[in-house]
Amino acid sequence: MSTTADILETAETTVCQPPSRWQVIADRTFRTACHTFAWVTVIGIVFIVARIILAGVPAMREYGPGFLTGTTWDPNKDAYGILPEIWGTLYSSILSLIIGTAFGVAAAIFLSEGYLGEFVFGALRVFNLHFHPFWTHLPQRLEDLLRNLIELLAAIPSVVYGLWGIFVVVPAIRPVCNWLHLKMGWFALFSTDLSGPGMLPAVLVLSIMILPTITAISRDALTSVPPKLRMAAYGLGATRWETIFAVILPTASRGVFGGVVLAFGRALGETMALAMLVGNSNRISVSLFSPANTLAALLANTFPEARPNEVAVLMYAALVLLAITLIVNILGAVILQQTSKSQQGAH
Amino acid sequence: MSLAGESNGAGVGAAPAREKTSPESEVVIDCHIRELYYGTFKAVRDTTIPIVKKSITAFIGPSGCGKSTVLRCLNRMNDLVRGFRFEGHVKYGGQDIYLPSVDPVAVRRYIGMVFQQPNPFATSIFNNVAFGLRLNGYKGDVGERVEQALKQAGLWEEVKDKLHKSGLSLSGGQQQRLCIARAIATQPGVLLMDEPCSALDPVATRKIEELMLELKKRYTIAIVTHNLHQAQRVADRTGFLYVDTTQGGRTGYLVEFGESAQIFGDPQEKHTKEYIRGEFS
Ligand SMILES: Nc1ncnc2c1ncn2[C@@H]1O[C@H](COP(=O)(O)OP(=O)(O)OP(=O)(O)O)[C@@H](O)[C@H]1O
Ligand SMILES: [Mg+2]
Repeated sequence: MSTTADILETAETTVCQPPSRWQVIADRTFRTACHTFAWVTVIGIVFIVARIILAGVPAMREYGPGFLTGTTWDPNKDAYGILPEIWGTLYSSILSLIIGTAFGVAAAIFLSEGYLGEFVFGALRVFNLHFHPFWTHLPQRLEDLLRNLIELLAAIPSVVYGLWGIFVVVPAIRPVCNWLHLKMGWFALFSTDLSGPGMLPAVLVLSIMILPTITAISRDALTSVPPKLRMAAYGLGATRWETIFAVILPTASRGVFGGVVLAFGRALGETMALAMLVGNSNRISVSLFSPANTLAALLANTFPEARPNEVAVLMYAALVLLAITLIVNILGAVILQQTSKSQQGAH
Repeated sequence: MSLAGESNGAGVGAAPAREKTSPESEVVIDCHIRELYYGTFKAVRDTTIPIVKKSITAFIGPSGCGKSTVLRCLNRMNDLVRGFRFEGHVKYGGQDIYLPSVDPVAVRRYIGMVFQQPNPFATSIFNNVAFGLRLNGYKGDVGERVEQALKQAGLWEEVKDKLHKSGLSLSGGQQQRLCIARAIATQPGVLLMDEPCSALDPVATRKIEELMLELKKRYTIAIVTHNLHQAQRVADRTGFLYVDTTQGGRTGYLVEFGESAQIFGDPQEKHTKEYIRGEFS
């Protein structure tokens, strides 16, 4: 080490010196720690997937691809099929994603475009308080408060959501649902009545559960759109609506879409609330009021009392759920790549 | 001509019709700012600037004296600032654009703007230029208009083979000319430019200056610049703004306004003389 210093030393008065022993050690330790944590994460995931595959192999041998298309689940006859659960998983996730995205992105726009702040500012102006040392901060504070409230939705345990669904949502929507069934039963979505748990309450609760993810990520994406783009659009005479839809949303689309994909993953895997609300019935129906089942709910409900043979079958089902999630994420990445071509250089 | 309640699409075709009836030195924008506030801060006072048709009007002055503020006042971009308040009038073609019945969005369609930093949208070059046309509900041949605007902005030769590439893939100077093309595609009545060359090198700056002189034949231009040589080269009339610190706070006001030759050759006011001498000596 001293030799390097000798070679590099150019002037007598220089204060330059090679990194000290401690600096070198600290740097190496930090690097090793980063590597270790990163690899532990990766290995952990690989290990989990490998264990699921291993545990599911006997069931795969026995039931093969027919497992994916079978519609009965009867442990007494050893007949297993998960088509209704695949259907229920996708149906509930997609429906709740549609609702969650509509409300979530709307909330994100409301929070990021200053609608609330402007309204409050206007109200303060009526009382001539808009430059008051205390009240002038109110618009900003209310926006922060609302944002935190929405993000707080993510902190509620899913069992609480499930209970809320059973005791509040189901009784509240039941009369409406049954009225719809009575009057418009010919319409496929309303073709059964709601007798308790079912698809619609599950979807409604699930949409609220994924809302904070979509809102938080979309809001961040929207607020990070450079102000100069906003100015450019307003300067051309665009209205606020046109500015948001033609410039801000497209520019932030990567972030918004990322939030939606993340939320979809959450919806696919959500277990507790759905196990409590979806009705756990092995049935394929487009009706919103019919009870149904999802893969995650099936796993949660069946595992506690499963016999060894059945455990292998459940592992197979878990693998299918994993595969669906993976496919959704890959599809999301591909769509993102396709749509962001004209935005080259923006990120 | 009425700005209030005018339907979409009128902006594209309206300009040529007006030209025939107007005399050459008609004042298009008559701007009188008595007092202008951001929140409780008084930013500008007593500034009167007439902007004459088919000429270039330049605003010069030290940093922070309110040049950008005055310019943004002319197409109500300041309305986007929470707490902005304004006393006085800005008349475009005889009509006060700050009347409550006037929609600021309509104002900005007639009075276009080019910003200090190039700000193309994250979409293709073609779509960037077509943006304003679509906003205005233009029904004719969009491609033709886009080509025409790019030609007028002196960018056509450089981008004609890659119209569908991202606007952000261009160089800084090209991006700025793209923004000019975007602003003039709808043929607005007036073009406001806030230091359009400050992010560019001397060659690109010269190009934009030539472009402004070319555009002057068809458009009315108001420009803010820090470069006095530039103002001298391109502007027909020049206004000098200065900061007044005597009444507490820093309030900008118009010191002197006149033909560029007079402002630069024979300034009347003490502040103008000092400012211009400082720059040219
Ligand atoms: N959005 C705003 N909110 C509050 N104050 C502002 C805002 N924009 C400008 N100001 C203030 O108004 C005054 C004039 O600003 P302006 O941007 O018009 O100056 P300028 O002459 O364009 O300066 P420069 O040459 O540096 O661009 C400054 O004191 C500035 O702090
Ligand atoms: Mg400025």
